[in-house]
Amino acid sequence: MVTNPNAGPDVSVARGVVARFEKQYAVYRRKKQVTMALFGGVFALCVIAALITTKFSLWTLVEGIPRASEFLARMLPPIRLGTFGQDFSAWYWGAGEWFNSLLNTLLMAYLATILGTLIGGAISFFAARNLAHNYLVYWIARRVLEIARTVPDIVWALLFVFAFGIGPVAGVLAITTHTLGAQGKLFAEVNENISPLPLDGIRASGGNWFHEMRFGVLPQVLPNYLSYTFWRFELNVRSATIVGFVGAGGIGHDLFTAVQLLYFADVGAILLIIVATIMAIDMLSEKIRHSAIGKASFSH
Amino acid sequence: MTSQLIEITEADIAEERARNPGAFAAPLRERMKAWMAWVAATALTLFCLHRFGFLSGDFLHGVAKFGDTVISQMFPPTGYESLGMFLKAIGETVAMALLGTLLGAVVALPLSFLAAKNMTRSRPIQFGTRRGADLLRSFDYLIWALIFVRAVGLGPLAGIMAIAIVEIGTFIKLYSEAIENLDRKQIDGVTSLGGNGMHRIWFGVLPQVLPMMLSNTLYMFEHNVRSASILGIVGAGGIGFLLGDRLRAYELREACLIIILVVLTVYAIDYLSKFLREQLIGDHKRREPIDDAVQV
Repeated sequence: MVTNPNAGPDVSVARGVVARFEKQYAVYRRKKQVTMALFGGVFALCVIAALITTKFSLWTLVEGIPRASEFLARMLPPIRLGTFGQDFSAWYWGAGEWFNSLLNTLLMAYLATILGTLIGGAISFFAARNLAHNYLVYWIARRVLEIARTVPDIVWALLFVFAFGIGPVAGVLAITTHTLGAQGKLFAEVNENISPLPLDGIRASGGNWFHEMRFGVLPQVLPNYLSYTFWRFELNVRSATIVGFVGAGGIGHDLFTAVQLLYFADVGAILLIIVATIMAIDMLSEKIRHSAIGKASFSH
Repeated sequence: MTSQLIEITEADIAEERARNPGAFAAPLRERMKAWMAWVAATALTLFCLHRFGFLSGDFLHGVAKFGDTVISQMFPPTGYESLGMFLKAIGETVAMALLGTLLGAVVALPLSFLAAKNMTRSRPIQFGTRRGADLLRSFDYLIWALIFVRAVGLGPLAGIMAIAIVEIGTFIKLYSEAIENLDRKQIDGVTSLGGNGMHRIWFGVLPQVLPMMLSNTLYMFEHNVRSASILGIVGAGGIGFLLGDRLRAYELREACLIIILVVLTVYAIDYLSKFLREQLIGDHKRREPIDDAVQV
């Protein structure tokens, strides 16, 4: 029998294919359902275990609502339009001290960002697989960075307060430590993604390891470093607002005291300062990042 | 025929420089700007160092003290008889992170549709939801914890609420960005078959964004285990309560044991979460975009 090449496929064959597909698809669906059910079951068990462990009670939460709303109401003292000036200045009676603390907070974040970035950046050259020539050095650098960023900054702050006393020095050191761990890791990743060709060129013309880093690596990685640093500064301003809870300086100290003494209006005033600052910094930093470095370099 | 290296003299270079100055250096204005930025940054750094007392003898004294009395008194870690209590507190920490993340995700999911430009026609609602989310995110977990401890009392509930509130803000942002980046064609397909709004979301939107959302949620859970481990310092439950207590009592060896346990837990959760993300979504090859967006 001669088959006509232009004729469509045999109907029975097509039916067979469809049937086979349906069968396979059913098996696939069944498998997927079982997996999802398994995951769902384990997840539900975890949630139940968590509810029991934390003694989660909706009742306590509901009971807390009036207290929380009272708290909120008292955080915002009555401000009438007629006596706006007086009311506002009465609310912000501690403005001088608070804005001084705010300045300290920002400077703490700035200094910690600079110091952490410098130290982390230096370590990152040893922590990049393609740049480190000695495995032991690479391993140690990686572990140092890991410890620095895994221990939370507030714990570092508690430790530094022992040695340096209450004040911003402990806060700066705590945030610096966390920053160097995070920057070191991110920078090392940037370093690992560079093109090796300029390095080969420098080696070929007789440059040493330092020359390779300075003229081969740095020009390639600097834009990314800068954008990570601006972004880290944003995060560090947040950290700097809380290290004061354990005595490490900044506006967190004023906030903590106000909450402890139940000065609700002060709490509200300080929170407003913090949120305004953080939003302003975020916007400013985004603007600088985009204008100074360009969007392209952030797409790494 | 042999190739010959061209001899370049200093005069040639000078001539080329005169003809084409842009190839040798950036314009003076730009160089000045860059220099000014570096000088200003350095000056501000020095000012900060001076202001906070880094340049005084007290600082060196503190460094010595940190080595002598803090680091050396932390090792070797002790307190193994309380290991059971510590582990229970770590369990509580993980539970707080789980419940806080879950609560945040559940509340944020419907709100994220309001915050997505391609889902909400009304600009004020969309913009307002976004800014509201920013407001929740701009306070650190510890600040919320401090406030919730006053509202619902000492204990893990305050911690759960603190995490949930911050996560509502974070998830609204992350989810709505995922929704904004989706492919319109699937929704059009559902519409062309006569689907209503609910159908469009169920068959057109969710299948596209769910993997991304799940992955982000797991990642934030991982991140929240770290956060939860310190909330206890202000009384909001978990291992942080014991850690703060030991540190304030100058029991540095026991504190060291707790820190080691916390670090190990964080690593374990990281691996578990990475494993789950690979299993559920199969995205192990893809670099997480939010790795860069969330504090490391």
